[in-house]
Amino acid sequence: MKTILLTITMLFIGTLSYGQNKNAKASIEVDGVCMMCKKRIEKASLKVKGVKSASWNVYTHELKLIFDENKTSIEQIASNVTDVGHDTKSFIASSEAYESLAPCCKYRDQRVVDDHK
Amino acid sequence: MEQNSKNQRIPLPGANVFWLNTTVGAMSSEDGSFKLPYDKTYKKLIISYIGFRTDTLLIETPKSIFHVLRASDDLGEVTISTRKKSTATSYLSSQNISTISSGELLKAACCNLSESFETNPSIDVNFTDAISGTKQIKMLGLTSPYILITTENIPSIRGASQAYGLSFIPGTWVESIQITKGAGSVVNGFESIAGQINAELVKPTTDNRVFVNAYGSLNGRTELNTHFNKQISDKWSTGLYLHANNRSQKFDRNNDSFLDMPLTNQINILNRWQYINLQKGIISFLNVRFLKDDKQSGQLSFDPKRDWLSNTVWGSEINTRRFEASGKFGYVNPDIPYQSLGLQIAYSDHEQASYFGLNEYDIHHKSMYSNLVYNSIIGDTRHKIKTGLNVTYDQYNELVNSDIYDRNERSVGGFFEYSFDDLDALNLTAGVRVDHHNLLGTFFTPRVHARYTPWEKSALRGSFGRGIRSANIFTENQKLFATSRQINLQSSGGAIYGLDPEIAWNYGVSFLQGFNIFGRKADLTLDFYRTDFESQVVVDYENPYQINFYNLKGASYANSFQAEFSLNLMTYFNFKTAYKFYDVQTQYESGKLKKPLTSQHRYFANLSYESYSKKGDGVWKFDATFNLFGKQRFSSTEISPQSYQLPTYSPSVSTLNLQVTKVFSEAFEIYLGAENITNVTQKSPILSSENPFGSNFDTTFVYGPIFGSIYYTGLRYKLN
Repeated sequence: MKTILLTITMLFIGTLSYGQNKNAKASIEVDGVCMMCKKRIEKASLKVKGVKSASWNVYTHELKLIFDENKTSIEQIASNVTDVGHDTKSFIASSEAYESLAPCCKYRDQRVVDDHK
Repeated sequence: MEQNSKNQRIPLPGANVFWLNTTVGAMSSEDGSFKLPYDKTYKKLIISYIGFRTDTLLIETPKSIFHVLRASDDLGEVTISTRKKSTATSYLSSQNISTISSGELLKAACCNLSESFETNPSIDVNFTDAISGTKQIKMLGLTSPYILITTENIPSIRGASQAYGLSFIPGTWVESIQITKGAGSVVNGFESIAGQINAELVKPTTDNRVFVNAYGSLNGRTELNTHFNKQISDKWSTGLYLHANNRSQKFDRNNDSFLDMPLTNQINILNRWQYINLQKGIISFLNVRFLKDDKQSGQLSFDPKRDWLSNTVWGSEINTRRFEASGKFGYVNPDIPYQSLGLQIAYSDHEQASYFGLNEYDIHHKSMYSNLVYNSIIGDTRHKIKTGLNVTYDQYNELVNSDIYDRNERSVGGFFEYSFDDLDALNLTAGVRVDHHNLLGTFFTPRVHARYTPWEKSALRGSFGRGIRSANIFTENQKLFATSRQINLQSSGGAIYGLDPEIAWNYGVSFLQGFNIFGRKADLTLDFYRTDFESQVVVDYENPYQINFYNLKGASYANSFQAEFSLNLMTYFNFKTAYKFYDVQTQYESGKLKKPLTSQHRYFANLSYESYSKKGDGVWKFDATFNLFGKQRFSSTEISPQSYQLPTYSPSVSTLNLQVTKVFSEAFEIYLGAENITNVTQKSPILSSENPFGSNFDTTFVYGPIFGSIYYTGLRYKLN
């Protein structure tokens, strides 16, 4: 009986975890201007446990993510990205984090943005 | 709003709209409209949406605005205005890889893969010997058999094609070349020792639709290359590449009764098929190639029909036929782009029939190669893995005068390579493979590379690794047949010609630093590599009447140091220079000696200038390459009669090459050049040329150009 119960529980847990996508794909918009930003954004995303792949496009500002939904969420990743100073669509980076960016990465400054065009 | 391909305007709900440097913003509603409060200090309105280009609008007064966002797919025209260097060493890769782009390949107009390295300091191109007319290359002081040479990552110049194979790949077929110094990756096999050279060939989808290159030189060489590429359907494309070269004029400028360079005739045909299906993530190539190459050399009066194997007139013919078929199948999971599977399969049949005076040498080599590679990650994309399986089969049938040497080699191996990239200052690649080979046994091949960036614009690299190979002693040392030397094979009962396999370790460090001098870009590379042979087949020329092959007893190593500096003097004006130091020594039976015909000091410089034009037409390109070869040791001639003795060292030699290209339009350009413009020659490259059937006849003591200056011209025509 015990084993049957255990099997059922295991099956249940199994289904539960499979209900969550292990290779979930998502895109969020992240502000930034250059290849240094790209490195920083991708590194911050990959440091979140469960993120498998992160690729940010410097022209479209799109951060393409593949992550395990069991381990992390899009909010968690976005907040990690804002922690290193980059605004996302839903979160704005703190001014301390933004100020820590290298001068060439100050994407809120229109002159810097223009420099990269 | 979005404008779709039919020019219809579609509302974009959920676009981000906000004033720059404020938190005042809104999101567009379902019909794509939005409303925002305005203040005089607000000047710039940002509208952004994923998959579209973020736009900034300058707003002077409050008004209603209507804006169309451009989809990011339309961003194909992004131009990067920094000019790419035609040869670049990566700052990021863990391996010491320099890439030669097609632009660099055009700096030396001629003509095949071996000559493509003339403007690259990492590879030494040797002078052609008097008989075969082909140039041999060296890397880290070691000859090409110790370099794994691949075309599109399939080992191609090995076995029977080792001696002349580089001249069987026409220069116009080459799209780019990657040179890896040091141990290299484990993915392509266990054979590489000094490094790896990979040539990427032109591809039907990216090459010009029609390309024609014609070349003619005053030494009687003519070449023709034509490329035709066609897209057959939305997924299939094909390309047909034809190459022919011919030299039918006889030259004997040094009056030694021997041709300064052989008469040649080559036909080379490649047909490629490319299949791309991006939705399913499938890319595939199928290639078929056929080569026919005939060379004739020797004395001016030699007539192959009349004088074949005669002992009055010395002559030589080398006739090669090669057939190749290869396929590549790549699958990238469209949902998980970091997972991919690749399969490479190649078959080649190489047949060479040749004679050199009274020496006969034939080789027939059939080869099968297959490699299955799986790419994935552990955890996330900072930790990548490559793993896979190799199966290879080689069948050799050789005839050396009256002796037959037959040999079959089979190997099965598996590899695993892990690479770590912290996306910043460090990356590391560590690989190991285990192979089982019917003649070499079962063995491990570890290879490790690391790159660390201690400060900006720098890269510190280190690598070590092991390589193992069976030496094809006759085909790799074919020049020995054009001598009167007696061949002595000192068998030790080993599996390959009675000899043991060659095993070596390679260690290296390299440092790259980029900086600015007066606002111009410059970089400096320093590297040091050492190759240590655990076992080696020693090729011993130290007795002028013999050539001896035996297993190494004692030390054999190659140390190489290189300092390379490149500077952008002005826009389109670049300078590159390098100094190289080689210390290559081997324990011969007669003592520990420097490797013959290897310069200890080498110096290289290249200047290139391009005039600037906005449209790219009417441009002039100038290139000058200087090479200095320090003195080279001659193998001992002590026991020869006085008149056939050579000094211990050759004099040093320097050469200068120039080329001018005039680009008339995107479609058409003409080039004119001179190799060895100062007309430096080696006076009498052939020992005992007056008596080629005597016991002192030897054509192998070549340390400099035989022919002197060569002037050439050619044209390139492209149609897209």
